[in-house]
Amino acid sequence: MELFDLPLIWAFIIGFGIIMYVLMDGFDLGVGILFPFAPNEEARDTMMNSVAPVWDGNETWLVLGGAGLLAAFPMVYSIFLPALYIGVFLLLAGLIFRGVAFEFRFKARTSRYLWNWAFAGGSTVAAFAQGAVVGAYIQGFETANGVYVGGALDWLTPFTVLTGLGMLAGYSLLGSTWLILKTEGRLQEWAYRITLPLLAAVLVVFGLISVWTPFVDELVRDRWFSNLSVIWILPVLTLLCAYQIFRSVRGRYEGLPFVATMGLFITTYLGLVVSRWPYVVPPDYTLWEAASAYESQLFLLLGLLFVIPIVLAYTAWTYWVFRGKVRAGEGYH
Amino acid sequence: MELDPLILSRIQFAFVVSFHAIFPVFTIGLASYIAVLEGLAFKTENPVWIKLSAFWTRVFAVVFGMGVVSGIVMSFQFGTNWSNFAQATANYLGPILSYEVVTAFFLEAAFLGVLLFGRDKVPAGLHLFAAIMVATGTFISSFWILSANSWMQTPAGFELREGVFHVTSWSEAIFNPSFPYRFMHMALASFLTGGFVVAGVSAWYLLLGREVEANRKALSMCLWLLLFIAPAQLVVGDFHGLNTLEHQPTKVAAMEGNWETSRNVPLLLFAIPDQENQRNLYEIGIPSLASMILTHDWNGEVPGLKDVPVEEQPPVAIVFWSFRVMVALGMLMIAFAVAGLLLRAGGRYARNPWFLQGLRFMSIAPFFAVLSGWFVTEVGRAPWLVYGIMSQAESVTPSLTGGMALFTLIGYIVVYGLVFTAGVYYLMRVLYVGLEERHDEDEHEAERPKRPFSAAHVPFEIEEDDHHRKPANQGGL
Repeated sequence: MELFDLPLIWAFIIGFGIIMYVLMDGFDLGVGILFPFAPNEEARDTMMNSVAPVWDGNETWLVLGGAGLLAAFPMVYSIFLPALYIGVFLLLAGLIFRGVAFEFRFKARTSRYLWNWAFAGGSTVAAFAQGAVVGAYIQGFETANGVYVGGALDWLTPFTVLTGLGMLAGYSLLGSTWLILKTEGRLQEWAYRITLPLLAAVLVVFGLISVWTPFVDELVRDRWFSNLSVIWILPVLTLLCAYQIFRSVRGRYEGLPFVATMGLFITTYLGLVVSRWPYVVPPDYTLWEAASAYESQLFLLLGLLFVIPIVLAYTAWTYWVFRGKVRAGEGYH
Repeated sequence: MELDPLILSRIQFAFVVSFHAIFPVFTIGLASYIAVLEGLAFKTENPVWIKLSAFWTRVFAVVFGMGVVSGIVMSFQFGTNWSNFAQATANYLGPILSYEVVTAFFLEAAFLGVLLFGRDKVPAGLHLFAAIMVATGTFISSFWILSANSWMQTPAGFELREGVFHVTSWSEAIFNPSFPYRFMHMALASFLTGGFVVAGVSAWYLLLGREVEANRKALSMCLWLLLFIAPAQLVVGDFHGLNTLEHQPTKVAAMEGNWETSRNVPLLLFAIPDQENQRNLYEIGIPSLASMILTHDWNGEVPGLKDVPVEEQPPVAIVFWSFRVMVALGMLMIAFAVAGLLLRAGGRYARNPWFLQGLRFMSIAPFFAVLSGWFVTEVGRAPWLVYGIMSQAESVTPSLTGGMALFTLIGYIVVYGLVFTAGVYYLMRVLYVGLEERHDEDEHEAERPKRPFSAAHVPFEIEEDDHHRKPANQGGL
């Protein structure tokens, strides 16, 4: 009676939402992580203005991810969030501080440095927490009868600390290549200068994670080293993207480093997805077992087919409105 | 002492939701006001409207920022603290909240960027369009969230299978029995909040003699608006009450402080509900008036709390007193709206110092009214999360310990305390600066020469370099 494999379709939609979030909020979180190291206060003004008109929309993809999971895979939602309880709190606290910093920093006079720290600290904590979530997902969750039964800090292991650091490095790279694209002069020079060291950091951490992952989980190990050899195309593509970043920074291209960094993220993400497929709550539940009712998935899908293209269209339009180089004195403040 | 994760989670959710609720209720009303101002500016090209719009947009930005970040927290709390509830109700609440994100949040976020930063980057018509989209987004958002909340109060259009809700009719579930009343009540509350804040701030500027022309216009607009919606809220509230009587009689019994189901029930003006002994102390009331209001019959029957077992009764005193606070503030609002009309002749509404001082204080009244209203409706449904079907105790996350819940409760109180204190401080600064050109700009200019970088904003050789790479750069976006 069920015409389509809706859970499968929903897995693609949620997957799309997650990568949209990672790419879009990734660069503005990255700008926040790099904030304390900027050459001067005016550079910080410019950095903030480069993301101020769009960050709110970027972050909305996270809210969509949360609501979408509840709608399509409630089991994932109701196992991940309790399992990552403390991490989720840190993530949210980080997002609160950096979110209000956008408004408060320009209103502050003597206390501006405090909001610099709120922005940088909030972005860093949020990025680290997201990386740790990825690590926890690879690691798996202790469940019984569809309910989380592990402890409060099971997610915090050396492995998740490493994935957290990986996310910090990755988002910083997105941030620095974004700044190459959006700024000019001394700030852009600075962004060019830090991009290659950040790329090196990303490659080292991603390399470590890749070596470590097969030891964390058997399923991943089997998949990598036995039946699915075509999987190896993804790390090759990732390295090609990394080479492209290197080449385009050397050649002082402005748009290409950012595009190539997005490519790096997409291929790494796909690598993660195929390694774990089709387990959404590893090691016990597949996406079909975690799915919500067929009618609910259908009801939301029909609406999304209409609405998401519109959302993408006006989001693209706002990026178009704010295209080109950004300067310190801009903004409505 | 044993830490109870249920109690702590309830306190946490109540804290976060109360904190969050005051922002949207203000921004919904204010967004519409800004859209109207932008529309007037577009049509008449009178700079006063632009001035007002620019000022209120600055206020909006600060408040909206706090509303967004506190709202993100809420959307994750269903999972962190109430995972059994999330699992059971996901088939309905998941799609509804997702629709809220895709039809409202994206709209607000994207067009807010254009509204705040785009005045010089897009044509005036598009800027107006952005203002209208932000206002529309706030209403679409409240449509979905009130549908979700109403469904938890008066669940409909579903069947239960193995403890999980399955939707059988989306229209019945979305337009559940209490939804229309709740939605209207909140929409009017938003306009009342926006209206009284704008009126109060304008009154304050008029008292100080600042920007008299613009603030007089703003105050006049608000007073006309309030004259219609303050009494309308009384009527809608009455209908909402009748609907609650039909579907949640125990909540009405708590609002009235009525223990025994009976006729000729008095409207209590004062009482101290004593839940332990199931009675009131020190009652003062108007005979038969509660029967009259609730049933439109002096002899009408009003339900009593004792109809349900003690463990299914809500905390009566909170509901009883919150309700009285809400109604009293509502009456006060009507009084001010009518006073505004009486002072119309000769423009006294903009000169009478007593009236203007009063309006200043009234600018915070709607926030208290809204919060107490939410206390009535949310505390009044205790101990249920889905009314009559799923209790709070069944809903809480099984793996949650008291220690974890306490840790995050304290965490949220600290974080929100810091953010809210700073937010109010900066809001006050925005209000203090007012409609005049910002002084900060001058300070900013004055600081510039001290900065080594700013004199040579753009080094020349880079500028030239930029030239032939422009297309590549834009392609990247």
